Amino acid sequence: MDANLKPRDAKDVCEAVGWAAAEEQPLEIVGQGSKRSLGRPVQSAHVLDLSGLSGVETYEPAELVLTVRAGTPIREIEQLVAGNGQELSFEPMDMGPLLGREPGEGTIGGVLGANLSGPRRIKAGAARDHVLGLEAVSGRGELFKSGGKVVKNVTGYDLPRALCGSWGTLSVATEITLKVNPKPETSTSLILENLSDEEAIAAMCKAMGSSAEVSGAAHLPASVSEGTARTVLRLEGFSASVAYRVKALQQLLKPYGAAQSVADAASEVLWKSIRDVLPLAGTQDPVWKVSLAPASGAVFGKIVREQFGATLFYDWSGGLVWLSCPDGAPHVDEIRKAVVSAGGGHATLVRADAPVRSSVDVFEPQPAALVALSSRLKHQFDPKGILNPGRMYSSI
Amino acid sequence: MTAIAMPKPDADVIARRAEIVKALQAIVPGDGVIHDEIAMRPYETDALTAYRQMPLIVVLPETVEQVSAVLKYCHDNDVKVVPRGAGTSLSGGALPLADGVLLSMMKFNRVLDIDYANRAVVVQPGVTNLGITRAVEHEGFYYAPDPSSQIACSIGGNIAENSGGVHCLKYGLTTNNVLGLEMVLITGEVIRIGGKHLDSEGYDFLALMTGSEGLLGVVTEVTVRILQKPETARALLIGFPTSEEGGKCVADIIGAGIIPGGMEMMDKPAIHAAEDFVNAGYPRDVEALLIVELDGPEAEVDYLMERVATIARENNASHLRISESEEERMVFWAGRKAAFPAVGRISPDYLCMDGTIPRRELPRVLAGMRDLSEKYGLRVANVFHAGDGNLHPLILYDANKPGELEACEAFGADILRLCVKVGGVLTGEHGVGIEKRDLMPEMFSEEDLKQQQRVKCAFDEKHLLNPGKVFPVLHRCAELGKMHVHKGQLPFPDIPRF
Repeated sequence: MDANLKPRDAKDVCEAVGWAAAEEQPLEIVGQGSKRSLGRPVQSAHVLDLSGLSGVETYEPAELVLTVRAGTPIREIEQLVAGNGQELSFEPMDMGPLLGREPGEGTIGGVLGANLSGPRRIKAGAARDHVLGLEAVSGRGELFKSGGKVVKNVTGYDLPRALCGSWGTLSVATEITLKVNPKPETSTSLILENLSDEEAIAAMCKAMGSSAEVSGAAHLPASVSEGTARTVLRLEGFSASVAYRVKALQQLLKPYGAAQSVADAASEVLWKSIRDVLPLAGTQDPVWKVSLAPASGAVFGKIVREQFGATLFYDWSGGLVWLSCPDGAPHVDEIRKAVVSAGGGHATLVRADAPVRSSVDVFEPQPAALVALSSRLKHQFDPKGILNPGRMYSSI
Repeated sequence: MTAIAMPKPDADVIARRAEIVKALQAIVPGDGVIHDEIAMRPYETDALTAYRQMPLIVVLPETVEQVSAVLKYCHDNDVKVVPRGAGTSLSGGALPLADGVLLSMMKFNRVLDIDYANRAVVVQPGVTNLGITRAVEHEGFYYAPDPSSQIACSIGGNIAENSGGVHCLKYGLTTNNVLGLEMVLITGEVIRIGGKHLDSEGYDFLALMTGSEGLLGVVTEVTVRILQKPETARALLIGFPTSEEGGKCVADIIGAGIIPGGMEMMDKPAIHAAEDFVNAGYPRDVEALLIVELDGPEAEVDYLMERVATIARENNASHLRISESEEERMVFWAGRKAAFPAVGRISPDYLCMDGTIPRRELPRVLAGMRDLSEKYGLRVANVFHAGDGNLHPLILYDANKPGELEACEAFGADILRLCVKVGGVLTGEHGVGIEKRDLMPEMFSEEDLKQQQRVKCAFDEKHLLNPGKVFPVLHRCAELGKMHVHKGQLPFPDIPRF
């Protein structure tokens, strides 16, 4: 039997999860389903569909605080806060195009469950850094709240942040309180051309280590940038400040060439393309997301290019490598070894057929002590193992 | 000693003291095990000095292996452990237990790696907060979170408390600036999480550990993000005839899209105490004084100073000064930074509270505090991280007068209840510790607290690590794990299924 359970409120969620726990029936937790092809496939006859838990509870722009139901579409939230001159400054990426879906789908619950952040991550923090409070239903079918609805709070364990990136395996969020921030008045990008990966990453790390307050640092090698390698640095803020910092940064980066500047709309289009990994969209080739120490990005890039001709680009000042495997094979072992050779980090298989995602480690394998601790944590939230079992690791 | 009760000491453990000393000496040689009463005395309290308790034994390990062996021994022998950094907790987080080993991490005091390209520094947990900045400032870098105890407090303690500071509205708390940890569980297992890369896959143990008040694990290594120092900083000193106008000014600054590096407010009693102490030139005829510091590139700071000054005038500021030099900026801050000792001058003792409220509720909360001040017959002065709504009421009392400490604690509890009632929280940056432990049910339901304690069970099933802190009632993990399941039909049968 394949059945969709579509709760209308938190009480319904408690009831549905309580039932599943009693019957030991696994549930696949879904918002709009836009990220169902991420992670390991969940073996479940029942889907818990949270798209009915939608809408804004409270929004207080002057307090920088927004409380929404977990199934609220991310696009609605972005429009709402933009109308008040604010934004989610972690710049949530839209995975739709990369996964062969329409853009603009997804819910806030899904964004946080996957801890999806965009290029501004390096300055403004990750999705998890913008969560203040949470109401959720544990795998025991019990509603609990944690955190608060103010921007500064250390009362109790920081579960709202800790549950980000848990892919629905610990609890089902019903209500989320977020920190919002003022949207920068203006945005300008500086572009350096024809740098090698090594030079580009050195330039980006130099810029990030300056007082220019760079809010995006990406390098698009020639193969994904119409034949001309482009290194892009973003400056945002009040126009007087941006104009000043553009000059300072151009001066700082002189050894790497003359940086041209691109403002506002053109800059925004460019960063949206980087955010949503458009250079790797439109094919079925396996795609990996690799997080490393920024200065090690080019070491990793060189290895995977030489080994299997990976197509790739860098974000987060070199610390985030998006790569696709043009021969269609996932190259799991080569990639994991290359991560180790580059000094460590983690690699996630983002796009691959379900059979591949069932048979390999989609997420970075963990040492035994961490696996055991993760299993114990899972057990404390979801003792029957009914919430998205196996979505991240087979043991949780 | 006052009303907050600690778990009943285990007489059996106390009786085994000599044997435990011997076992610990076998793990940590030399002078690393302290069991002499006089030598243990400095460890009997932290910065919540109203509470004192001698530990069973103090141990100061020097290596991760020693920490692991100490914890494993204590785990296997059912001995409680209280981890301690510099002992600057304002909430009693490091208060010892009569039947517990006090584990001081202050011999872990080395900076291990400075990596400017990756803007990361790896340190041992006993390095002070300011010590990190000192290690990198010659290259123009600093570590952003700046709790007022930064000269003394350790980074390990900052992790435990998720410490903030004056600049955290713009630069974040500890949790936003930590990249990686090595920690030891009570079982002795060593776990590494994160590193110089961002957002590790798997459960976010970095988030769980930060702010866990020493209940989940003992941190043995920390990787933090460093930032380039802002090019410049300038401050405005703004006085208002009423706290409402001051509060409105803060809201309007943020409403204009400006996130200042620091934004501090003081009420009249705090202004007067500070001015009497350091002569910072604060106006005495205002109800609220605001210090707004803007930092960043020069062009930005100059531009925003003008905008903030305009907003202040629009909000009926009766006093407005703009710092024209670094010296003047420091003078603006001198009174605020000396607020605690200044209050200490006018009263034999004071208790520093720490709640957060939605900023719009400030006038209501200040009025409520005035009423409570009358009710308890104790004075209160307020300093306030205005940008993020974090209040620090300082309650003045005299511990030598019978009943005043108790009245002061009751007053403080009522203030925190008021914070929760208006939509705020019990603690913005000092932690729950023992101080606010018994108030947790004001903010959380029993279910909420039970789920938090289940997290503890994943790390420390025997409740040996820092028990008696944070949670008012200790539930055994076996009890917490019980499930009441009712077999039944599919839920809400009126909902369409596909």
